[in-house]
Amino acid sequence: MQDEPTPTELIKAVADFLRNEITPVIKGHNAFKLRVGINALDLVTRQLALEQGGDAAEAARLKQLLGTDGALIELNRALCEKIAGGEVDLQTPGLAEHLWQTTMDKLAVDQPNYASYKRELGTK
Amino acid sequence: MIEDQLGRCVASWYKGATGVTGAAKLSGGASQETWTFDIVHADGNTGAILRRAPPGYGASPGRAAGLDAEATLMQLAHDAGLPSPRVMHVLTPADELGTGFIMQRIEGETIARKILRDEQFAKARPILARQLGRVVAGIHGLPASKLPKLREMTATKEIADLEREYRSFNWPRPVFELALRWLRERDPGPSKEVTLVHGDFRHGNLIIGPDGVRAVLDWELAHFGDPMEDLGWICVNSWRFGEIDKPVGGFGSREELFAGYEEAGRKVDPDRVMFWEVMGTLRWGIMCCGMMRRFREGPDHSMERAMIGRRSSETEIDLLRLLAPRGG
Repeated sequence: MQDEPTPTELIKAVADFLRNEITPVIKGHNAFKLRVGINALDLVTRQLALEQGGDAAEAARLKQLLGTDGALIELNRALCEKIAGGEVDLQTPGLAEHLWQTTMDKLAVDQPNYASYKRELGTK
Repeated sequence: MIEDQLGRCVASWYKGATGVTGAAKLSGGASQETWTFDIVHADGNTGAILRRAPPGYGASPGRAAGLDAEATLMQLAHDAGLPSPRVMHVLTPADELGTGFIMQRIEGETIARKILRDEQFAKARPILARQLGRVVAGIHGLPASKLPKLREMTATKEIADLEREYRSFNWPRPVFELALRWLRERDPGPSKEVTLVHGDFRHGNLIIGPDGVRAVLDWELAHFGDPMEDLGWICVNSWRFGEIDKPVGGFGSREELFAGYEEAGRKVDPDRVMFWEVMGTLRWGIMCCGMMRRFREGPDHSMERAMIGRRSSETEIDLLRLLAPRGG
């Protein structure tokens, strides 16, 4: 068992330092790069918090849709084959809901400020 | 060093030029660079841009039209009265600067967030979509007999290219599969009319001033094909920068874009435009995946590239909004 603080706490501490102390004193192209770096750290923090729950729910939905079990990536490959082959489409019960939920869960980690995501959060 | 080379080059065709000053690289990958500089002259300096493949990088990669073709297209656009820089000089071997060309520098803004938010563009924003409709109609109407040799694309070929690229990542994306299937089922077939297509008509490649569009840049992806492709590509949500209710670049409506296009005497097929918008959304998503691969395989191991890889999910939500909208 690893000791505390947790990876999330460590990354957040570094991101907060960069955001609050370093950002005001950096200019030009490096200020842009710093912002990208802070965004990356924030993304990792969100993924650490959300990934497990999101993946478990995604796997459960895929199991239901496909009627098989396996690793998440293999389930996704199987779904891709069925969509490509026309066996499964938007008329298939549960497919649209599954794709929407999976995509919303990805956006919650990748880009929670993306305007399309914020709009869809509001219309759910 | 580049200033010395440029100075010698400029002296050979710009009467009275005594050298160049302020040369700075604006952007550059391994095979293509853009430089800004001023030509020094007793009557006042002239702003110029060098676009080149450095010596040793002759051939243009994959889909690129090639720098000679880009120069020809820009000059044709300029001659037709379209917003385009004047090409001042096409590089020759004697210039020892590689291949490429030197063009007039046009002042203005290319950064979308500034164009969409800064006060100085407040008067330009409401007129841009219509203006760009007229401009892109002008591009599609450039005289075929004068155009350089370019690749010819169809929707069918584009779908196949995107699919090949997507499969090469070996990473399953059910939303991309759905989009590929949707595109194959609705492939409208070859366009009745084949014209010059700019291929990358969007923010970043348009110089905007307080008065509106001043120049169309970056003809690297120009080809022959369905003119509706350019209208669809500029409507892709990724170029709206948060202003998602204004489909044209975050500043205008499709109706305004189409009205400008038809004012210039050309016809819009809105269904085809929508088809190309879906294609474009998928295309940008696959390009984001390509950035992730280049990050992982090097040589560009940058945070920026890595983070663009995490933007492909933005195109997945946009594809779902187009193909499977919720709650009608």
